[in-house]
Amino acid sequence: MNRINKLFQEKKNILSIYYTAGYPNLGDTVAIAEELERSGADLLEIGFPYSDPVADGPVIQASSKSALDAGMTLKLLFEQLKDLRKTVSIPVLLMGYVNPLLQYGVANFCKSCAEVGVDGCIVPDLPMAEYEEFYEKDFKQYDLTNIFLVTPQTAPERIQKIDSLSNGFIYLLSSSATTGQNLQVSEGTEAYFSRIAALKLKNPTMIGFGISSKETFDKACQYANGAIIGSAFVKNLKADDVSGSVKEFMKTFKP
Amino acid sequence: MIKSGMRINNAESQKIRIKNKNKIMNYFVNEKGYFGDFGGAYIPEMLYPNVEELRTKYLEIIADEGFQKEFHQLLKDYVGRPSPLYLAKRLSEKYGANIFLKREDLNHTGAHKINNTIGQILVAERLGKKRIIAETGAGQHGVATATVCALRGLECVVYMGEIDIARQAPNVARMKMLGATVVSATSGSKTLKDATNEAMRDWINNPIDTHYIIGSVVGPHPYPDMVATFQSIISEETKKQLIEQTGNDQPDYVLACVGGGSNAMGMFYHFLNDENVKLIAIEAAGKGVDSGHSAATTALGKEGVLHGSRSILMQTEDGQVIEPYSVSAGLDYPGVGPQHAHLFKTLRAQYVSATDNEALQAGLLLTQLEGIIPAIESAHALAYLEKMKFTGKENVVICLSGRGDKDMDTYMKYFGL
Repeated sequence: MNRINKLFQEKKNILSIYYTAGYPNLGDTVAIAEELERSGADLLEIGFPYSDPVADGPVIQASSKSALDAGMTLKLLFEQLKDLRKTVSIPVLLMGYVNPLLQYGVANFCKSCAEVGVDGCIVPDLPMAEYEEFYEKDFKQYDLTNIFLVTPQTAPERIQKIDSLSNGFIYLLSSSATTGQNLQVSEGTEAYFSRIAALKLKNPTMIGFGISSKETFDKACQYANGAIIGSAFVKNLKADDVSGSVKEFMKTFKP
Repeated sequence: MIKSGMRINNAESQKIRIKNKNKIMNYFVNEKGYFGDFGGAYIPEMLYPNVEELRTKYLEIIADEGFQKEFHQLLKDYVGRPSPLYLAKRLSEKYGANIFLKREDLNHTGAHKINNTIGQILVAERLGKKRIIAETGAGQHGVATATVCALRGLECVVYMGEIDIARQAPNVARMKMLGATVVSATSGSKTLKDATNEAMRDWINNPIDTHYIIGSVVGPHPYPDMVATFQSIISEETKKQLIEQTGNDQPDYVLACVGGGSNAMGMFYHFLNDENVKLIAIEAAGKGVDSGHSAATTALGKEGVLHGSRSILMQTEDGQVIEPYSVSAGLDYPGVGPQHAHLFKTLRAQYVSATDNEALQAGLLLTQLEGIIPAIESAHALAYLEKMKFTGKENVVICLSGRGDKDMDTYMKYFGL
């Protein structure tokens, strides 16, 4: 059984942390992963930066630009992750946009993920139809999970289709928004989460976008198997004290 | 900056292109939203419902008789169409061919951009949208969008790069006077590409009531096809005018400049299946194709995904988009529309380029021979005449996509006027 499925079988209230590879310093990628595991994170999403991140708000735009300026590439990221599994045991996903992945080559990307022990990826602008037609076989060959997004506007039949193509978890967006905004749980949001629960999906769900505090994390956990924190974590990273700033941030969530 | 090793693998691409040349080609969009290998809708899930709504409804909306009537009435009475097809006599004498200028510069707001914004605002109304967003580079598409929003009483927000706002002050003022909110895009290179990113982010955050009027034949399906359909009025009129003026609706050459490629696609559209008509697309070489300061996408780019479609774009080996450069803000874009990528790969159109200097000189030449000051974008197409050989009999149509008023600062500085 892969690490993702095992995690969801064993744990509730899963805390997943997103951060950008190569930020705040180019060489921090693995050190942050290690510190996050020590501080209690259950799942990691490492972003590979892209020059035109349309789904991201200002914080992740800035961390992406900083990492690219420092020289981060997908090729370098895989080199950095070469010994990941010597020190990190929790599941790791890569998250980024489709163009760097296409240039690296999808089959090649899947192979590199398998080699370094990455468990899957999240590629928001890779369309479901293209994934199914061209790339699913590569993902399956290397036992990689592809995570799909669902928003309050996603139609029920499309959610069912996403559920049938998924084999890890489904990423529920708290609202249709770019990353880094605050989750406002309104009646509409609750109705949406309840609607998803009523669909009795075969995959577990994680709520992301707008989770920034212990309070919003706990709220999200009422409706899903866990939640994902991205911008709030990235914003908090200090270039001159990476390890300390990770610990400090995680204290709120795992005291 | 262009890094070395970025050139498309020419031997390989040439092989593919020659292979394709012998097939019977469909130059238009297929049911999956692709032009050959290019197009599609590479968008995050947050945009899926909006784009899907448009995809399922646009053909029906546009085909509707009421829509067509209103669209053509506005083009006639408001935009001032048909735009003239003008035989430029002195320019023709200079180059030894019959050179016709399709005068899109005479449209209301000064360029071809309004053909598309009229079409899309009518689509937006029929989709029940209350708020319009757009991206703009030089401000021409922003002005054309703000204009139709004023005309129809809809809220309008235009995203424009911080650097472009500074260098295109008159167009910013026009948009504001027309009632639009101009939002500065401060990310990335702070130009057109980033304005497009910001507009897409706005659409993600406003998924219900907003329509995004994309200004070129780029973006996820159905935008490239929809924008080309609205701009195809250019070649539709040209064919009729050629019959009247020459007795033959098929010229020897059709020329147009290409940034994203909307005026070129409109100019080529009804000639695509006339295989005897040679189509020439002129990209902006900036300071020279290999200078590191260029926007000649087909020469410098590789296949990839940008702004929601698979096409050809200028990018690093790692798939990061390279900042383009051109003196003309309207051609300063690192990609081309997917239909252009298809015409390039199948050899249906020839893609060439003109430098900043060549374009500015061509702009001055047209001004002094014909009394027409062209937009610097359109001047790139005129510049290619220098490189063509004529026997004296050829009929050549050039899309004069916009007027040069907005470019006076650049002309003044360059020629010391």
